[in-house]
Amino acid sequence: MSADLLELRSITKRFSGIVALQDVNLSLRSGEILALVGENGAGKSTLMKILSGVYQPDSGEILLDGEKVALRNPVDAQARGISIIYQEFSLVPSFSVVDNLFLGCERTNRFGISSAAEMRRESQDILKRLGATFSIDTPVELLSVAEQQFVEIAKALLRRSRVLIMDEPTATLTGQEVERLLAIVRELVQQGIAIIFISHHLNEVFEIADSIVCLRDGQRVGQLKPSDCSQHDLIRMMVGRDVSQTFPDRPASGTKPIVLNVRQLQRKPHLPATSFQLCAGEILGIAGLVGAGRTKMVRALIGADSAFRQELLLDGKCIRLRSPADARAMGIGLVPENRQQQGLVIDASVHDNVLLASLRRFCHPRWGWLQRSIAKNASREQLEKLDVKASSVHQPVRTFSGGNQQKIVLAKWLLVDCRILILDEPTRGIDVGAKGEIYRLIRQLADRGVAILLISSELAEVIGLSDRVMVMRAQKIEHVFHSNESVSEEAIMSFAAGGNRG
Amino acid sequence: MASEMNRHWRRAIENPTVLALIGLIILCLAMTCVSDRFATLDNFSNVARQVSINAIIAAGMTIVILTGGIDLSVGSVMALSMTFCTGAMLAHVPIPIAVLIGLLTGLFFGAINGVLIAYARLPAIIVTLATMEIPRGLALLYTGGYPQSGLPASFAWIGQGEFIGLPIPIIVMLGVFGILFALLRYFPTGRYFFAMGGNEEAARLSGVSVESNKVLAYAICGLTAAISGIVLSSRLMSGQPNAGTGFELDAIAAVVLGGTAIRGGRGSIVGTLIGAMTLGVLNNGLNLMSVSPYTQKVLKGVIILFAIYAGSARRNRS
Repeated sequence: MSADLLELRSITKRFSGIVALQDVNLSLRSGEILALVGENGAGKSTLMKILSGVYQPDSGEILLDGEKVALRNPVDAQARGISIIYQEFSLVPSFSVVDNLFLGCERTNRFGISSAAEMRRESQDILKRLGATFSIDTPVELLSVAEQQFVEIAKALLRRSRVLIMDEPTATLTGQEVERLLAIVRELVQQGIAIIFISHHLNEVFEIADSIVCLRDGQRVGQLKPSDCSQHDLIRMMVGRDVSQTFPDRPASGTKPIVLNVRQLQRKPHLPATSFQLCAGEILGIAGLVGAGRTKMVRALIGADSAFRQELLLDGKCIRLRSPADARAMGIGLVPENRQQQGLVIDASVHDNVLLASLRRFCHPRWGWLQRSIAKNASREQLEKLDVKASSVHQPVRTFSGGNQQKIVLAKWLLVDCRILILDEPTRGIDVGAKGEIYRLIRQLADRGVAILLISSELAEVIGLSDRVMVMRAQKIEHVFHSNESVSEEAIMSFAAGGNRG
Repeated sequence: MASEMNRHWRRAIENPTVLALIGLIILCLAMTCVSDRFATLDNFSNVARQVSINAIIAAGMTIVILTGGIDLSVGSVMALSMTFCTGAMLAHVPIPIAVLIGLLTGLFFGAINGVLIAYARLPAIIVTLATMEIPRGLALLYTGGYPQSGLPASFAWIGQGEFIGLPIPIIVMLGVFGILFALLRYFPTGRYFFAMGGNEEAARLSGVSVESNKVLAYAICGLTAAISGIVLSSRLMSGQPNAGTGFELDAIAAVVLGGTAIRGGRGSIVGTLIGAMTLGVLNNGLNLMSVSPYTQKVLKGVIILFAIYAGSARRNRS
């Protein structure tokens, strides 16, 4: 007999053979705030999706009030009092606050007609309880992010939730808004609600949590009390694994010429400007948490998204990149983070994909038509170099493994002869063998003088591969480690999560 | 060896263009069986001439659909180009210049569609729904709603003449298909059209200037509508402000019957020619069998649905 409100017993979940969670235990009492921490990909989201009924565990039990339950779907989970607030809100933007609050659980009188007055009264009560100041008739799209979050919380309260899961609730809030949110969270636990609080921001975790559970590689590696440990201990627990991945050797560092000088890059007027330099033949790693603005920064850099201010010097000359076409013309390529949606024309052939960025090179100099056999040989040769095995160049890329698909995207840019190559999460979802090949390829490119900008959420990868590491946090560059500095995962995390500033 | 052959056959049958061709052949065989007037040289030449009008429009439509778009304005653009061309002739402008005026009208309105879709980022179906009205209205305003007749006799050559035994409309049609086939296959621009329809974001991030290529695609579509309009006006020897009503649907039907994916990214212009011929043979055969036009409509719709279903079923399997 336990006094726990919610208990998870050895939850295991696999996705097509890959273990996402293994034997994870968790228990939660009413009125408790449990923080869940871990690196990107540690299994936090999977765990939360199991708790909210989106995924079913492969094995393990979920107990609610000491009784075994199956959470078949999100509606089922909600009916049992478990609500989740995702980073992306699930509100209807054009609906008013009150309409959003009661969407799917409208109050009706005995004739089945919705009783507007009752719903309005209830909404007003609940918003007052949360200390919200906006009107219940405001369309949700006019509210700030923080206010929308209040609406989400109110929605959960209206559904009589006893367990409230908050996934990175403070990621997009300002300092003042965070304080207010934390105050509300404390208020809610006073009323007996249990909260699972997921955050990368360790100072918040330490401020609010009763206990902290740390996940790493799908396993629970420990549970701490904030009073008994330091942020440093926690960071070590989060990342402290043996780095066994083999990375290619770095060549002796000499002074390299600056290829790209990003003097000012500002996406929107109210966001901070970033600036950094990229040298020929170097790999500059960009670390940071999801949402730190790394992808958005490089997209604005090459003109894929509009930039408010973009001052770039390429070889000391001022350039302006209005579109990826401009960037390509300057020899700058981007391997985007989502290869299926952004990197490849998935139904087209390998050949068409590999040649997409470099077709102009294979045109007849005078008449402009495509010299098909030359192009075909070039793409075949490139694929052979990268060890991509295709039954024919007409094979659609859809049929290739993730690793080979990524190599096809890389092959596309290798044919362009880029001077600067931006790689956004180049090894995401790729098996270990292919990873090693991609690491070697990246290093080879750098050795040939290509400047590489490497975004990665895998700290081991950033550290193992980069000559220099830059850490981004909240849309700005928080720190740059110099090439002769030793970089540890703990050090990166402390800048990325805004913990110990060292 | 046998399995090698097998694979080749399988691949051929899985190719939508080949599939469309098989459909056309079966249809022709069926028509030959039920009507002895079908398989005659006279009738074939007649069908080809009728088909050419729709086929030329469908050629441009193929380009637009490949990029992932749609153009509903072709019928109206056709009518406006046609009346501008005939109007110019009535004002004693030399025939070649009048034809050029017609062609530029189509090119211009096509480009406008493209600019609104690519740069103003409006949905293609809405933009061309609106521009379906504008050229039609202009054509009616320009002509006062009446057909323009009394054209110079030598203009009839385009629609009714022959060259080395082939009717000119068929030569024009083959010319349009030949040029667009070459564009799609042998020039980067053509590959870009496919890539944009397959994944616009990937094409853009690969350095393809998606916007200007879209404008080009719609401009080509407007141009083919104008070409078709000029051929038709020469055949009728008049400029008809009401010509081309509903032609956009026939053109889209031909494209889809030819195996081009309506969401873009894959297809072939040869398939479109086969698709247009299939529609023409169907019309002709049903006429020869004296099936009522009302029944013909029902049958046409059923056949289009069946063809699309067959195409999507094949894709889902693979």
